[in-house]
Amino acid sequence: MQSSSAGNRFVPRLLLSPAVATLLLWMLVPLGMTLYFSAIRYNLMSPELTGFVGWANYEFFVTNPAFTDAVLNTLVLLGSTVFITVAFGLAIAMLINDPFPGQSFVRILLISPFFVMPTVNALLWKHMMMNPIYGVLAQVWTFFGLEPVNWLQDLPLFSVILMLSWQWMPFACLIFITSLQSMDREQLEASDLDGATYLQKFRYLYLPHMARAITVVIMIEVIFLLSVFAEIFTTTNGGPGTQSTNLAYLIYNEALVNFDVGSASAGAMFAIILANIVAFFLIRIVGKNLD
Amino acid sequence: MSTTTVKKPVRTGKYTWNGAMITRTVASYGVALLMFFPIFFMILTSFKTELQAIAVPSLWIFEPTLENYTEVQERSDYFSFAWNSVVTSVGSTILGLMIATPAAYSMAFNPTKQTKNILMWMLSTKMMPAVGALIPIYLLCQKLGLLDNVFALIIIFTLMNLPIMVWMLYTNFKEIPSEILEASRMDGATLWEEFRYVLLPLAMGGLASTGLLCLVLSWNEAFWVLNLTSANAGTLASLVASYSSPEGLFWSKLSAVSVLAIAPIVIFGWFSQKQLVQGLTFGAVK
Repeated sequence: MQSSSAGNRFVPRLLLSPAVATLLLWMLVPLGMTLYFSAIRYNLMSPELTGFVGWANYEFFVTNPAFTDAVLNTLVLLGSTVFITVAFGLAIAMLINDPFPGQSFVRILLISPFFVMPTVNALLWKHMMMNPIYGVLAQVWTFFGLEPVNWLQDLPLFSVILMLSWQWMPFACLIFITSLQSMDREQLEASDLDGATYLQKFRYLYLPHMARAITVVIMIEVIFLLSVFAEIFTTTNGGPGTQSTNLAYLIYNEALVNFDVGSASAGAMFAIILANIVAFFLIRIVGKNLD
Repeated sequence: MSTTTVKKPVRTGKYTWNGAMITRTVASYGVALLMFFPIFFMILTSFKTELQAIAVPSLWIFEPTLENYTEVQERSDYFSFAWNSVVTSVGSTILGLMIATPAAYSMAFNPTKQTKNILMWMLSTKMMPAVGALIPIYLLCQKLGLLDNVFALIIIFTLMNLPIMVWMLYTNFKEIPSEILEASRMDGATLWEEFRYVLLPLAMGGLASTGLLCLVLSWNEAFWVLNLTSANAGTLASLVASYSSPEGLFWSKLSAVSVLAIAPIVIFGWFSQKQLVQGLTFGAVK
């Protein structure tokens, strides 16, 4: 008996170990190097300067006025996109839930933006949609007699949020549709007989049923949106000023534009801390829905 | 149910056409067309000449030209980039499933106090910006001679997607009653037999959707591709990027290369969307 119970514990651990070991390596090796770089003088432009600098890189990165902006932008980007995609995703899912002719065609059109690669998404919106002279949006604005908006100049963060929402809303929507399809029909009919309003049904029947689906969407979106890079890199380059710079882009900027690897590494450590804070709250808030 | 309806609704086939139904149908098509519009517009632009592409107001009827596509193929070998995309996404999906499946099995059927924490730790590694690890990974690849190397991309894509894969498979496996697996063990099945003949048929949907998502994510990954590859191992993401440099001057060529880059995965997505979403909501749909 003894050996069998030991075997019971050994095999699961053995099966788990490749994933844990590779991820640990994937995390620890860069982390160790980043920690080391963050404590030394390491600028690609002036390689003759070396040596241990203690917390100087951290101080430099935090006192950079862009730092606070970047942290705020990261959170605004994350919060707005998650909110927009969940709210509109729910609304559209409720809209197309009941059968109508061509329902699967509508589904296919709706999900398409999710498969578009972020670089193409960004270029498509930057040029063909948002260009202040030739873009489609400018034409729509002119049609209604409005002054065309210079999206990337005047509303840079909002423009990025728009692109991200376009990409992720279909994802949210399709998860919600699938979840809606398992709603209890009899319960809904019973509530109709009792004269429940649409809002009451939404609040007390649909929303509780979809709690888990909403959790799944929030979870996956947070994972991907905390470190948005391609969309910013391709469109606004973080600007104008720091208006659309998030933490990931700021680190990139330090490392590959200013060539200051030391400071960028200190920034990476902050990004890791931020990721863990968000993960901590995420588990507290949504973790119970994930069982 | 609707005994109070005054007008008699028109029935065609299985649909009952009343005011609400018409509004709903029209609104659904409206939303869907609006969402798809940017892609449609890009496809349209790819068949225009450069001058037609920037015409204001936009041209909707014009004589389509294929010259953008032929020029893209002449300037850069599309198929070698596409082949790299296929190899890296399929390779990383297979490798990822091979590592994630045993881990998810272990977590779902032999949970310990640490299981949830390990899972959350895995997911938190995915939340860190890749750019933070760029310099270390770049230097390591340089040391190991793995810059601009397809094999390095496969490894990186795998590690990148592993947390999501483990999590998806874990939630899928958890829906499978462990009694079934125990019963097969009682009957003397080995671990491999248990996996092959009991778990695999039950978990096929979850495995498929995990693989599909991983395939999509790898195909669309740009950050590591742009920073670690050039001519040899570049995927379609780097092909698109190479056309974006002359600041938007060539819309129709950019559109043509973009359509070529996204077409395979979008069409693939159309056919597999139900499967993809079902696996993601496996636990959510009860």
